Amino acid sequence: MTRVVVLGAGMVGAACARELALAGFAVTVVDRSGPAAGTTAHGEGNVLVSDKGPGPELELAKLSRELWPAILDGDPNAAAAEWDPKGGIVVATTAEGADALAEFAEGQRKAGVTAGEMDATALAAAEPHLTRDAAMAVHYPEDAQVQPAGAATALLAAAVRAGAGLRTGREVLGAVRRGGRITGLRTSAGTIEGDAVVNAAGPWSGEVARRLGVRLDVRPRRGEVLVTAPMPPTVFHKVYDADYVGAVGSAAEDLQASAVVEATRGGTILLGSSRRRVGFDDRIRPEVLSVIAAKALRLFPMLAEVPVIRAYGGFRPFVPDHLPVIGPDPELDGLWHATGHEGAGIGLSAGTAAVLRDLMLGREPAIDAAPFRADRPAVQSEGESL
Amino acid sequence: MSARLVPAARDAAGRRPDVPLRITVDGEPVAGVAGQTIAGVLLASGRRTWRSGPSGAPRGVFCGIGACFDCLVTVNGVRDVRACRRRARDGDTVATQSRGEDAR
Amino acid sequence: MSRLVVVVGAGPAGLGAAAGALRAGADVTLVDASEHPGGQYHRMLPGAFAAAHPGRLHHGWRGFERLRDHVLRHPRCDWWPESTVWSLERPGEGAPVVHVLRGEADAAGRERLVLRPDALVLAPGAHDRVLPFPGWELPGVYTAGAAQALAKGERLVVGDPVLIAGSGPFLLPVAASLIEAGATVLEVLEANPAATAARGWGRRPWELAPDAGKAGELAGYALLLARHRVPYRTGRAVIEARGDGRVEEAVTARLRPDWSVVPGTERTVPVDALCVSHGFSPQLELPVAAGCALTRTPGGAFTEVDADQRTTAPGVYAAGEITGIGGAPAARTEGLLAGWIAGGGDPRAREAAALSRRRDRARAFAARLAAAHPIGAAWPGWLREETVVCRCEETTYGSLRRAAGDQASGSARAVKLGTRAGLGPCQARVCGPTVAELLSGRVPGANPHHRPIAQPIRLGELASPPTENTPKPDRKESAR
Repeated sequence: MTRVVVLGAGMVGAACARELALAGFAVTVVDRSGPAAGTTAHGEGNVLVSDKGPGPELELAKLSRELWPAILDGDPNAAAAEWDPKGGIVVATTAEGADALAEFAEGQRKAGVTAGEMDATALAAAEPHLTRDAAMAVHYPEDAQVQPAGAATALLAAAVRAGAGLRTGREVLGAVRRGGRITGLRTSAGTIEGDAVVNAAGPWSGEVARRLGVRLDVRPRRGEVLVTAPMPPTVFHKVYDADYVGAVGSAAEDLQASAVVEATRGGTILLGSSRRRVGFDDRIRPEVLSVIAAKALRLFPMLAEVPVIRAYGGFRPFVPDHLPVIGPDPELDGLWHATGHEGAGIGLSAGTAAVLRDLMLGREPAIDAAPFRADRPAVQSEGESL
Repeated sequence: MSARLVPAARDAAGRRPDVPLRITVDGEPVAGVAGQTIAGVLLASGRRTWRSGPSGAPRGVFCGIGACFDCLVTVNGVRDVRACRRRARDGDTVATQSRGEDAR
Repeated sequence: MSRLVVVVGAGPAGLGAAAGALRAGADVTLVDASEHPGGQYHRMLPGAFAAAHPGRLHHGWRGFERLRDHVLRHPRCDWWPESTVWSLERPGEGAPVVHVLRGEADAAGRERLVLRPDALVLAPGAHDRVLPFPGWELPGVYTAGAAQALAKGERLVVGDPVLIAGSGPFLLPVAASLIEAGATVLEVLEANPAATAARGWGRRPWELAPDAGKAGELAGYALLLARHRVPYRTGRAVIEARGDGRVEEAVTARLRPDWSVVPGTERTVPVDALCVSHGFSPQLELPVAAGCALTRTPGGAFTEVDADQRTTAPGVYAAGEITGIGGAPAARTEGLLAGWIAGGGDPRAREAAALSRRRDRARAFAARLAAAHPIGAAWPGWLREETVVCRCEETTYGSLRRAAGDQASGSARAVKLGTRAGLGPCQARVCGPTVAELLSGRVPGANPHHRPIAQPIRLGELASPPTENTPKPDRKESAR
C-alpha cells in the first residue's frame, strides 16, 4: 500500500486525507498544531461560485459545489459541518458597479452558473433589512456555507475511519530524500516515512516547500472578520457587495476591503472582509475593523446599533496568479501540492481533493488540472521573501 | 422575602429620602429609585428573570459587574445593554430579550 | 512636554498608579468604565443617593477618599469616567495606542477616542470565578461579587434568606455586607477543609504581621458572623441548585480535601438566593491585547511582571489582581510602584524601595491566600452530562467531553467552534478558564483570554472615525 503523508490538518489537508484514504492509500496526517487550528478556523466557510469569473477556478468551484453534499451525505459528523445552501446575493451600490456586475453575471451564466437578476421587490423580500439603495442585485442559489472547523474535523474523522492516522503537534523540519525522491519527513518528533507527501499547509506551504528544499511562491494574506452579538434573524443569504470580486482578484499589498455579511447558526452575524499583505503579523488593527464596519453598514444600515463582540483574523494562502496549486512538484518526485486557495479553500477543498486523488492514481481528473500545475511560472518565480 | 432595597430611613449609609423614577418593562410600568441600575430596579420590583438563553431557560443577574452578559436588555430600542451597568433613568423603555428558537 | 501615562482602571491599583505617576511628574489620564472611581472594592454609591456616611459600608474608606481626592483633583490628572477601553493597538514600537469609548454603559453612539500614551498602566481588576454545578444557571444564583456590588453599590439585597458558598476569604465580606443590609445569611460554606486553610494561613506566621490590616479586616467579619450566629462551615460546598425557573433550594455536601463529594452527606437547604465564588478570574484581555506574556500558576494565569511592575510588552505596566490575586492593599502598593516607574520615576529612589518591600510582603500574603484556598482538582465530579458549562451558549459538560474525546476534533479552537463554548456574548469571560481546564491534556490549548475586541462596540461606533486626544501640557489650566 502506498504511504502518503499529508502535511496540514486544515480543510484542504482533511479533504485530501479523506479522499486518499478512501482510495486505498495509507494516509498519515501531520500538523504542527492540531486539526483545523489555523486558516480553517479563522474563515467564514465560503462555498461559493458567485465570486469567480469563467475560468479554471470556477470549474473547480462548480466541481466542489457538486461534491460537497455527497461528501456530507450520511457522514456521522455531518451536523458539525453546518452545511447551509443559503444562496448568495451580490449587490452593486453604484451605476458603474451595476454595469460591471451585469456583465460578470452574464459571463458566469454562459459558464453554467445560475445567476438571476433580482428586482427591488424580490430583493426586499429576500433581504428585508438590506439597503434600498442597491443599484442591482444578482442571486446565486448555488452559494453555500459551512462551519469550517466543523467541516474539516468531520472530514478528518472520515479519513481516520478509512484508516488514516493523525499526528499532531509535529512540525516539519525537512525532507528525507533517496535518489531524487522524497521518502520521508524529518519532524520535531522524529522521522515519518512515506512514499508520497502532500503539502497542504495553506499559507505556510511556501515555508514548508522551502524546508523540503523546493520552491513554491505561496504567501500569507491577512484577513479579518467581525462577529456581532447573537441576533434575531436579520440576514438570510450570504450578501456581499460587488467590490468583493475586485478585492479578491487584486494583488495589492495595502488594505482591500469589501462587505461580506451573513448570519451563522448561532445567531451571530459575520462581517468581512479585508485583505492585507503583512506577512504573518497577526496584530488586529482597529482602522481595518472600522473599514469593514463602514462597508457592512452600507449594505445593512440597520446594523448600526448591533454590538460587535469579537474580531478574528487569519492568513489566506495567496498565489500571485490567484489560482490554487494542485499537482506534483516539478523538482522533487513524490512531493505533491494542494494549496494556494487564498480565501476560497474551504469551498474548493472538495474538488481539490478529488483532482489530487485522480492525479496521484494516474487517472484523468473530472476537470482540466493543467492550470493548477505547480511548475507554472507564477508559483516558481523567485517571489518575495516572507 | 425576596430581593429588596434597604429602606432609606434605615440605611447606615445615611441615604437621603429616595427620589422615585418610573420605567416601563415590556410595556408595564415599574417603579424605581434614582441611582439604581436597571438591574436594581428590576430586582427590587420582584423580577428575577428578564432574558432567556438559547434553550429558552430564564436568566437574570449573575455576576452583577458586567462580565457575564446574562442580564442583557433592550433599553430605549438599543439591544444588548447590560442591566447591571446601566443607570436607570426616569422614562426608560426597557424590553426583555430572548435567545430562544423563536428569535432565530 | 512631560510624559503621558494612561491608567486603565480606577480601583485600588489604578488609583495607586495614577498617584504614583503624578508623583513622578507625569501627566495622567485615568480611564474607568464606571461613573465613579473605587473599583469593585470601594464601589461608591450613586450620586443620586446623596449618602451622608458612605464610609460606613467600607473598610479603609478614609484612606480611599484621601487617595481619590488627591488624584482626581490633581492638575495633571484627567479623569475619564464611563470610558471603556475596547481595543489596544500595538504599534511597531512604544506603548500601545488606547482606543476608548466614552459614554453611558453599552449606549449606542458613544464617543470614540484615541490615546497615545508614553506608558500604559493596566489595572482592570478581576471578577468572581465560579465553577459550574448543576443548576448554577438558575436565576437567583449569583456570584458573591454580584451580591456585594448590589449591596455596596446600590443598597440592594439579592434575596432573603441567602446561602453563601465557594472558597476564599472574599466570602466573609460578602456575608458581612448582606447581614449589614438586613438579609438572613443561612450559612457560609468554605469548600476547603479547615486543615487546608490552616496550612495556608498558619505557615510562616511572620509574613502575616505587616498585613495585620487585612487580617484584622477578616477577623472583624468573622466576629460579625459569630454575633449573628451565622455558621461558617469548612469542607462543605454547594454541589447543585434546584428550582422551577428560579433557585428554590441548594444541595450542599461535605467535600474531601480534593473537593470530591463524600457520598451520603448531601443536605437540601431552602434558599431565596445563592451566592457563590470559588476565587477570582483576572481580566486579562487587555494585557493579552497589549502583547504581555502571562505566567501560569496553580491558581490560574496572570500577567507577568518584573520587580518594577513592568510587563514583557514595551511601555506596559500592570498592577493589582491581573498580576495575582492579592486584595486591595497589595493592589494599591503595586499601583503606586507601577505608576511611579511608568511616570519616569527612579526605580532606585528610597520611596520606590519602600514600596517594593511593601509590595513583596503583600505578595507573600497573597501567596498564602492562594495556598489556603486552592480549587480542588476533583470538582468536576459534581458535574453531570447535562450540566451547563458555557452559560451563554448552554454548552453542556457532556458535549465538551465528547468533542474533546474525539481525536479528529482536535484543537481547542475547533472544539470551541464545534461546541460554541465561549463564543457567546460574554466571550468566555465566565467559562474560559473552566473549559480550558476541562480540556487540558486532551487538546492543544488556546488562550481563553484572547479578546482583541475587549468590550463590545456597536457597528456604527466602529465605523465612525475616532478623535485623537493629544493632551496639551496646560490643558487643565486652559480648561479652568
